[in-house]
Amino acid sequence: MVEFALPKNSKVKKGKLHKAPEGATNVRNFQVYRWSPEDDENPRVDTYEVDMDTCGPMVLDALIKIKDEIDPTLTFRRSCREGICGSCAMNIDGINTLACTKGMDEVKGDVKVYPLPHADVVKDLVPDLTHFFAQHAMMEPWLKTDTPAPEGEWLQSEEDREKIDGLYECILCASCSTACPSYWWNSDRFMGPAALLQAYRWLIDSRDEATEERLDALEDPFRLYRCHTIFNCTNTCPKGLNPAKAIAEIKKMMLERAV
Amino acid sequence: MAEPKLRPRPRSPFFDIYRWPLTMLTSILHRVTGIGIALGGLLLACWLVALALGPDSYARVQAFHGHFIGRFLLFGFTWALVYHWLNGIRHLAWDAGIGFDKQTGFRSGLFVLLGSVGFTLVIWALAYMMRG
Repeated sequence: MVEFALPKNSKVKKGKLHKAPEGATNVRNFQVYRWSPEDDENPRVDTYEVDMDTCGPMVLDALIKIKDEIDPTLTFRRSCREGICGSCAMNIDGINTLACTKGMDEVKGDVKVYPLPHADVVKDLVPDLTHFFAQHAMMEPWLKTDTPAPEGEWLQSEEDREKIDGLYECILCASCSTACPSYWWNSDRFMGPAALLQAYRWLIDSRDEATEERLDALEDPFRLYRCHTIFNCTNTCPKGLNPAKAIAEIKKMMLERAV
Repeated sequence: MAEPKLRPRPRSPFFDIYRWPLTMLTSILHRVTGIGIALGGLLLACWLVALALGPDSYARVQAFHGHFIGRFLLFGFTWALVYHWLNGIRHLAWDAGIGFDKQTGFRSGLFVLLGSVGFTLVIWALAYMMRG
């Protein structure tokens, strides 16, 4: 169902202001979405004044500084701090990206930080990605073969190997799927850009022998065809991948096997 | 030990916090103009029905279409047609797997947006010129 407004319990209220320490001269405001399951309050946006002179350059540096020095209750996921684990995906300055690779100099004015859009919030900036990962698992992201396994590796020509460039690099941060309006409104039935990019990664792999079976699983008005090429996935991917193109290639494969 | 008190999770903001890329605007406009074309078709139908009913009713519809509001609706109808047509070509290219580069997606969207306004103005300028 297409709905634009948030449910009553999700409406965002004005939050608290956490002042910068005395003497800080280079202050930047961070507006951060907060919600805790432990009280009865609606979500709110807290403002933190952060001293930039003692802070690293990335948005994640600021979030860690806030948690360490200003407000230890602030909750977010992070791990590798170098854009490979996909944990710290969130909506920064209106765009989904990784907090660890988003430089604060890329943002004008106050830095607005929200959890990934249209997700159930576990706490603060932590979204519930259970459904997202279930869809990933549904794509059966492993090599499926009928022929007996060779003595050594499954071999592949260099040209065939190149076909999965731009696909295998996905880190499952969920930025693309939660940026997609079709996914906002139909995530119960539409697989979303991340899962479909993963599907194409196996469809195009010369070693995989389950192409027909994989296409059968996607032949559905919703699972694949809810993609209307809005392009938000490609625009937002922090790894520079192109889910919109991968989905179009799947649609082409569907057409080719139908004629 | 007391059980932690849990309650339904809120949904994170989406529509009102997302910074619209140009391609999101062009996508939504494709739907809007699709609806606009259907409604504009009604104007066309009214005109044809009036033509069949005789000179009196035809004159009335002509008067409405000549009025400022009627002109405005017809102008909007023209733009909707042109926009939907241009963006339709874009979709056709995408269906062939062409134009998926991030830059190309942006540029083709910009072309459709500006081009549709340009084409519409040219059509109306020609129409007024031919009217004399």
